[in-house]
Amino acid sequence: MTAAIDVKGLRKSYGSLEAVRGVDLEIATGEVFALLGPNGAGKTTIVEILEGYRRRDAGTVSVLGFDPARRDRALKERIGIVLQSTGVEQFLTVAEVIEMYRGYYPAPRPLDEIIDVVGLNEKRDDRVKTLSGGQQRRLDVAIGLAGDPELLFLDEPTTGFDPGARRRMWDAVKNLVSLGKTIFLTTHYMDEAQELANRVAVISAGRIVAEGPPRSIAGRELSHTIVRFRLPPRAPALPRSLKSSAATGDGRVEIEAADPVKVLHELTGWALEKNIALAELEVARPSLEDVYLRLTGGEAEAAE
Amino acid sequence: MNDLALTVRQVTYENRSFWRNPASAFFTFVFPIMFMIIFNLIFGSSKYSPFGSNATVSQFYTPALMAFSIITACYTNIAMGVVFAREEGILKRMRGTPLPPWVYLFARIAVSVMVAVLLVVIIGVFGRVFYHVKLPGVRTLPALAVALVVGAATFCAIGLAMTSFVPNVDAAPAVVNATIFPLLFISDVFIPIQGHGVLTHIADVFPVKHLSNAIIATYNPHTVGTGFKGKDLAIMGAWGVAALIVALRRFRWEPREQS
Ligand SMILES: Nc1ncnc2c1ncn2[C@@H]1O[C@H](COP(=O)(O)OP(=O)(O)O)[C@@H](O)[C@H]1O
Ligand SMILES: [Mg+2]
Repeated sequence: MTAAIDVKGLRKSYGSLEAVRGVDLEIATGEVFALLGPNGAGKTTIVEILEGYRRRDAGTVSVLGFDPARRDRALKERIGIVLQSTGVEQFLTVAEVIEMYRGYYPAPRPLDEIIDVVGLNEKRDDRVKTLSGGQQRRLDVAIGLAGDPELLFLDEPTTGFDPGARRRMWDAVKNLVSLGKTIFLTTHYMDEAQELANRVAVISAGRIVAEGPPRSIAGRELSHTIVRFRLPPRAPALPRSLKSSAATGDGRVEIEAADPVKVLHELTGWALEKNIALAELEVARPSLEDVYLRLTGGEAEAAE
Repeated sequence: MNDLALTVRQVTYENRSFWRNPASAFFTFVFPIMFMIIFNLIFGSSKYSPFGSNATVSQFYTPALMAFSIITACYTNIAMGVVFAREEGILKRMRGTPLPPWVYLFARIAVSVMVAVLLVVIIGVFGRVFYHVKLPGVRTLPALAVALVVGAATFCAIGLAMTSFVPNVDAAPAVVNATIFPLLFISDVFIPIQGHGVLTHIADVFPVKHLSNAIIATYNPHTVGTGFKGKDLAIMGAWGVAALIVALRRFRWEPREQS
């Protein structure tokens, strides 16, 4: 089966800022793909190039066999777009807005089904301006579905949501998956990518730094063990063999260990000999979140 | 659906949106009527008439406020509404659908023109019923129709062009009003200025005065002939064409980057 999206060597700069620095992506039909990365990594730039809003500087892009930069009406009839932030006609009702957008497509999805999928049944006849933030976002998804697209783009569908609203959005997206849509999702939440996607690419500063099923991205890092502890002020320097893999910040030390038995033996031997208490000593496997933070250089933390 | 059916359908949605927005519907309609009442209260009892003998002040204000109606319904309404839709991201969302972009803009313009027509009729009836204004005869009626059509087209185009000079929603009322209000005062709309001072020379450059003059001529009892003001129509039309060119070159569909 041909790829729904095929991107090779994609580049885009804004003035002197290189926002996308050579990205390759291939998304198969029926796949739910998540582009995961912190704010400013280049996610929106990539999606909006795929949607035809922004021009690329270099690379080849194919979306359902079209070059999106040409803005073909035939392509727009087959994709659904949920932008990172967009308004909608405030004075129409939920049903009226969806109905208005349905009219633009040759083979729209039935109105009641759309309202069902996004769970806006009770709000059906309410004006858009009375909806909560989460409900408006689900209306965005409903509008994205109006034309019954083969391929749906979702740019950060749950950013800024409370846990309940996120859950409801996730349910809506899972409903779409059961309809067999190809979905291209961006997010800066690791758990969202894990919950929804069957494949994830982690992007940092315009480059893909890891790619694969959510459980196995960066498998090598996941297999490493982390030894954490806190050193008292004015403690002597760590032995050289440990120092090379240690990360220090205000007394907290984190050692990434491929061979934890050896590392712990050296560490505890050194601590006994120098009579140093290793406060908060902990031996742990990294979580997906840890791997993500490491891959993206800790920027995700700054993002939110 | 073919593009014609799409257009008709889009007009009905835009129309519904317009009437359900209390602020825009209310002010668009209230202002011209309010000015009609105020100006007639202030000047109605005076003997002065801009048309000279045997014509009341209302005979002037009825056509003058028809010009104002066209300007608020077309220029103000389109400039503010389109900037709002752009900054909200509504235009960007529309552009991601198969709807041809011109259908969307056409629908907005169509609603503005319908509102303008309705306002002109209301002002005309208001003047006739409450202030006994003499209607233009069959002789000048065609000139009135042409002036209204050229005026509506011109001020719609200027409204669209103006959106490209308004950076965001907060600036919209200031920019839109600041560009039009001074002209309304010096262009025989709010005040009949019949002199030849510097203000009239300034006003001569801009389209507002040419719209008001073209409409007023058809209501002036002393007008001889058909009342067509060829020069006024030509200057106004030139503004319309220039504005259209600016709009085509500069129009933005996407909100300014927030960063
Ligand atoms: N229109 C633009 N003009 C200038 N810089 C931009 C523009 N859009 C995005 N950027 C910059 O490009 C980088 C990537 O942005 P973006 O693609 O929005 O990232 P993300 O969606 O991952 O948060 C950021 O540094 C951002 O400030
Ligand atoms: Mg983004």
